[in-house]
Amino acid sequence: MAQTEVPEKANVLEISPEQLSELEHVLGDYQGKPGMLIQALHAAQNLIGYLPPPVLRTVAKVLDISLSEVYGVVTFYHFFSMKPRGKHVIQVCLGTACYVRGGQEILTQLQKELSIDVGEVTEDGLYSLEVMRCAGACGLAPVVRIDSDVHKRVNPSHITNILKNYQ
Amino acid sequence: TAPQHFQPLSPLAQEKRVVLRNSGYIDPTNIDDYIARDGYIALGNVLSGSPEEAIQIVKNSGLLGRGGAGYPTGLKWEYTLKAQGDEKYIVCNADEGEPGTFKDRLILEGDPHSILEAMAIAGYAVGAHQGYIYVRGEYPESIRHLEIAISQALDYGLLGDNILNSGFSFRIGIRKGAGAYICGEETALLESMEGGRGEPRIKPPYPPQKGLWGKPTVINNVETLANIPPIFLNGPEWFKNIGTPTCPGTKVFTLTGNVINLGLIEVPMGITLRELVYQAGGGIKNGRGLKLVQTGGPSGGTMTPDLLDVPMAFDTLPRYQSALGSGALTVIDDTHCIVDVVKNFCEFFLHESCGKCTPCRIGNKRIVEMLERISWGKGTENDIEKLQFLGEHIKRTSFCGLGQAAPNPLLRCLDYFREEFESHVIEKQCPLN
Ligand SMILES: NC(=O)C1=CN([C@@H]2O[C@H](COP(=O)(O)OP(=O)(O)OC[C@H]3O[C@@H](n4cnc5c(N)ncnc54)[C@H](O)[C@@H]3O)[C@@H](O)[C@H]2O)C=CC1
Ligand SMILES: Cc1cc2nc3c(=O)[nH]c(=O)nc-3n(C[C@H](O)[C@H](O)[C@H](O)COP(=O)(O)O)c2cc1C
Ligand code: SF4
Ligand code: FES
Repeated sequence: MAQTEVPEKANVLEISPEQLSELEHVLGDYQGKPGMLIQALHAAQNLIGYLPPPVLRTVAKVLDISLSEVYGVVTFYHFFSMKPRGKHVIQVCLGTACYVRGGQEILTQLQKELSIDVGEVTEDGLYSLEVMRCAGACGLAPVVRIDSDVHKRVNPSHITNILKNYQ
Repeated sequence: TAPQHFQPLSPLAQEKRVVLRNSGYIDPTNIDDYIARDGYIALGNVLSGSPEEAIQIVKNSGLLGRGGAGYPTGLKWEYTLKAQGDEKYIVCNADEGEPGTFKDRLILEGDPHSILEAMAIAGYAVGAHQGYIYVRGEYPESIRHLEIAISQALDYGLLGDNILNSGFSFRIGIRKGAGAYICGEETALLESMEGGRGEPRIKPPYPPQKGLWGKPTVINNVETLANIPPIFLNGPEWFKNIGTPTCPGTKVFTLTGNVINLGLIEVPMGITLRELVYQAGGGIKNGRGLKLVQTGGPSGGTMTPDLLDVPMAFDTLPRYQSALGSGALTVIDDTHCIVDVVKNFCEFFLHESCGKCTPCRIGNKRIVEMLERISWGKGTENDIEKLQFLGEHIKRTSFCGLGQAAPNPLLRCLDYFREEFESHVIEKQCPLN
């Protein structure tokens, strides 16, 4: 997933007024069109990086949908995150085709290397670690996705080198 | 150039490219390349006949839906044509989320115009003027190629108003999924397209009666649609002569897991797993033995070594408690512990359960817990009985296809690999370590 402006520190929750007004502008494209909530949330997350309550309130207001409906949709889809994510999002595929070619060992190696668990963000806010269930690149398993790059035939010993490209 | 997600398989004499006829041979971002290979000719022909004639051709071809369930495409179109509605829709299901499957992706990226042409044909046949392609969010390249293709087709007057001066108008929009496997289930997909949580609806009514926004809707898989232009170009008889009499045409298989060559291949229906794994795939990696092949991903079928010579088709595999599904073939070698493999399948369903109904939401949780216990050497024989009972219960009582299919690998493996499960609970450790 595309990550744009990301907070310096993973636990900073403020959204600036400028960001909010830019958000309203972007959401304008989806105003008054039925069924566009998910597409609007994609756009919002692309812009802000994640979907904290002020963003959800803005989406609800612009699209004229109840906040509870917006919340229900955001929590349903794995793509959407209400928590800040790292500057780089690492997703290890544990779909069966990757699993039987060593996906789990890669995950274990990453957990060690980053000292975080699945679903967490490193202290410096640089990386979040997630698990995915098939990137559609199973022919080159095991795969790890970092942001929008898919790394193929990854070996646990490659991890350190791969991470050097994401600072 | 075609996207290369794999190393090539060894060629098979049977190989036949119908849906992959263009992928890798044309520049998918150039409509002229597609047209040079007879693109949009089928659409032109269809527009000069009647909708009923178009549907008859699809019915005569015997084409069965390639999304996994194998429902006759012609029938689906006919129901939609006959259904009452001021508006109708064509939806292409490009949510391909089944682990081990990447066939739709290759078609979307390598030959996007074939999908647009097929959707326009379907639109004319059933009386729809709007189509949507629901693409999984994980496929940005597919989305990009589709967007380019749509704008080129609009420029050429092959989409939009009054296509080829026929008076028929048809437009196509793209909707991006947001990482929920359940949204591949057609009614969950409709909920998601309407902007909500992707929770399945009760069937019937099926989408041909009540689909998007409650209007009659055709939902077809990418590979199903990719068959449509060649069927119209070459005639239904040509199509019927490929594959088996009851399951005509080709199938794209994606070969993954512990085989020597990984990749995808298009062959006539009726091929055997032995040919696919040992010839195209070059056999099991590192000289190991075959434990099982999961067909169609976790929600498809489990093929054990005794089934290597069964012809692969929608109607044959269910006789062996298996299923063709999406055509994914995940080969698992004998170094893998069966409890661990089954646990991976069940964790997948636990993760992807939408939570609407209790048997699936809670049942899969309990199954994963029991499997964890067994793999840690803390299971009892009673757990095996409970797994069996719970699996059958979930299968019978779940609301949608996800829950109904979820226990299949477990139940099949409990049967075939009974001893391996038992030695885990009796010796309190894995016989393979
Ligand atoms: N390609 C992929 O990534 C995945 C594929 N699947 C496959 O999906 C399959 C299950 O799909 P479902 O849609 O739940 O199966 P289903 O049997 O309910 O329906 C199959 C198709 O036939 C149509 N249909 C059935 N009866 C009909 C009737 N009386 N009138 C009109 N239309 C009718 C349905 O609308 C649907 O399009 C499984 O076989 C599985 O292999 C599952 C997960 C992922
Ligand atoms: C949990 C679940 C996930 C599914 N995912 C997909 C999918 O990703 N792509 C697809 O084409 N069909 C998927 N299906 C099958 C669809 O519900 C439907 O049968 C299919 O899109 C019909 O198209 P067809 O007749 O061309 O095969 C899924 C079914 C279930 C139960
Ligand atoms: S069976 Fe599972 S996925 Fe289907 S409706 Fe029930 S909870 Fe949702
Ligand atoms: S299972 Fe990992 S990419 Fe498909």
